[in-house]
Amino acid sequence: MAVDVKVAVGEGERRRRRRPVPFLILLSLLIVGALVLVACFANWIAPYDYAGIDLRARLAPPAWLPKGTMAHILGTDELGRDVLSRLIFSIRTSLIVALLGCIISAILGTCLGFLSAHFRGWVDEVVMGAVDFQAALPFIILALAVVAFFDSNIVLFVGLMGIYGWERYARLTRAMTLSALSHGYAVAVHTLGARPVRVYVLHILPNIANTLIVTMTLNFPQIVLLETSLSFLGVGIQPPMTSLGNMVGFGRDYLLTAWWIAIFPAATIFLGTLGISLLGDWLRDRLDPTLR
Amino acid sequence: MPWAFLARKLARAFVTILAIVTFVFIILRLSGDPAVQILGADASFEALEAFREKWGLNDPIWQQYLRYLGDLLHGNFGISLVEGKDALEVVLDRLAKTLQLMGLSGLVTLIIGIPIGIYAALHRDSLRDRAIMAMGVAAFSIPSFVIGIFLILLFSVALRILPTAGSDTWRHYVMPVITMSTIDAAVFARLTRSAMLEVLSRPYMRTALAKGVRWPLAVRRHALPNAAIPLVTIVGFFVGSLIAGGVVTENVFAWPGIGRLLVSSVQNRDSAVVQVIVVMIALSMVTVNFAVDMAYGWLDPRIRQLRAEE
Repeated sequence: MAVDVKVAVGEGERRRRRRPVPFLILLSLLIVGALVLVACFANWIAPYDYAGIDLRARLAPPAWLPKGTMAHILGTDELGRDVLSRLIFSIRTSLIVALLGCIISAILGTCLGFLSAHFRGWVDEVVMGAVDFQAALPFIILALAVVAFFDSNIVLFVGLMGIYGWERYARLTRAMTLSALSHGYAVAVHTLGARPVRVYVLHILPNIANTLIVTMTLNFPQIVLLETSLSFLGVGIQPPMTSLGNMVGFGRDYLLTAWWIAIFPAATIFLGTLGISLLGDWLRDRLDPTLR
Repeated sequence: MPWAFLARKLARAFVTILAIVTFVFIILRLSGDPAVQILGADASFEALEAFREKWGLNDPIWQQYLRYLGDLLHGNFGISLVEGKDALEVVLDRLAKTLQLMGLSGLVTLIIGIPIGIYAALHRDSLRDRAIMAMGVAAFSIPSFVIGIFLILLFSVALRILPTAGSDTWRHYVMPVITMSTIDAAVFARLTRSAMLEVLSRPYMRTALAKGVRWPLAVRRHALPNAAIPLVTIVGFFVGSLIAGGVVTENVFAWPGIGRLLVSSVQNRDSAVVQVIVVMIALSMVTVNFAVDMAYGWLDPRIRQLRAEE
């Protein structure tokens, strides 16, 4: 992703790019980078199996507290599972789910935006009606309703994440395509005999990619928030799988006696979402010419 | 008020509600055979068939759909499987607690968010302004349950002064209200700030100052009323965010309201109750958005003009 973004930064950005990167952004980059590394190498870093139960070592506190041992640096939970190992795998699950959701909703929204702009008429009405429909109900309620009627499983859940936020891409793509279609280049390619799909994917898409990437960076932390919130409520990622939200959800019941079960994943969510949002904000300021 | 505009908005509100109700109907039917869900997978064929006959599940789907719409219009949502009572009644029992929490949190949000936004705009680009805005980004990017968890850690685990669950005394309100207000207050501060900055740069402000109106009076008389108008448009978003935030917050603090009921009903697959709550939320969202559309035109003469010309 970082590479794509660099390519997308145009010539006019040169002057701005020389400005040093703010400290906070470097810090965010560090946090997000560390999380990605942890997610990639979870299998090698985690000291224990994340589902490995050890009933003799139940509710062991972190290493630096009295009674804590170096065997479980961040302590153990109510079943004696190592909190650090669970945390590492949770980071991986949460990042993968959010990334998949982000990609699906970008593709879905962009395609619907193109369809809407291409066919106009009733297709346009239906797509824009769906946009209105989604705005009428907070997404978390919609997600809860869907999970209530179907069994919660990982495919359904990722699909739900993929529906979240598609309307932003659809709206943007539709508006920008409508204006692009009247521009010289789109008309020229069309006159040369290119088929619509070719015009959209090879010619219009590269021209609107900047704005779509910015939307993705804004959407990604929102999807992380949604995933963790739903998992916290117990309707997202289901045991035996583990995610950050679901760790906090189960740890909530032990806050008064064993705070470390919930606090470490909660702190990870805090730092992670903060880092991602700050990076997204910063990227938007650089990539979106309308804001300057 | 131009009647054509009113009629169009009413029609759109009606279509949205119909779409949501239809959506619920579709996922209800897609999610499996209600007879099997209610009687269990090991029920006999005769029992299943009798159940289907009794509830009209063998009728054509459009008849079932029309009957379903008729039931909803009569407030007949079915029986809660868990409580064995009318689902609507089960939900209404919890409504007061949720509305209390939402109302109080909404009030606190406005009381904190708007003055901070005004303050930041009046001290634009100062260190204080930038600190406030940075905190705004921070608050906006943290899920509310994480705020709740840290509050419990501070007030209940470390200081031991506030209870972690329930809703009986004023002490029970403190943490849920903070949890629900923080994020929205940050959103309001940001929006108020940009609305104020927009207004402060307008020519009428310069005119007022040139006439010799003092700065505080100019801000009070000319800037604030005009900056308030764009804030009205986000009331719809605000209510939605209070509802969504309420669902999460109620579950963090075991608050006996609708949000907690919704999540436990989802876990127990008590579809009648889920249906009531979803329809109720959709109705209130559509109503609020409709009211906002109306109020916006009423508050801002320019919009009224625009709509009359359409």
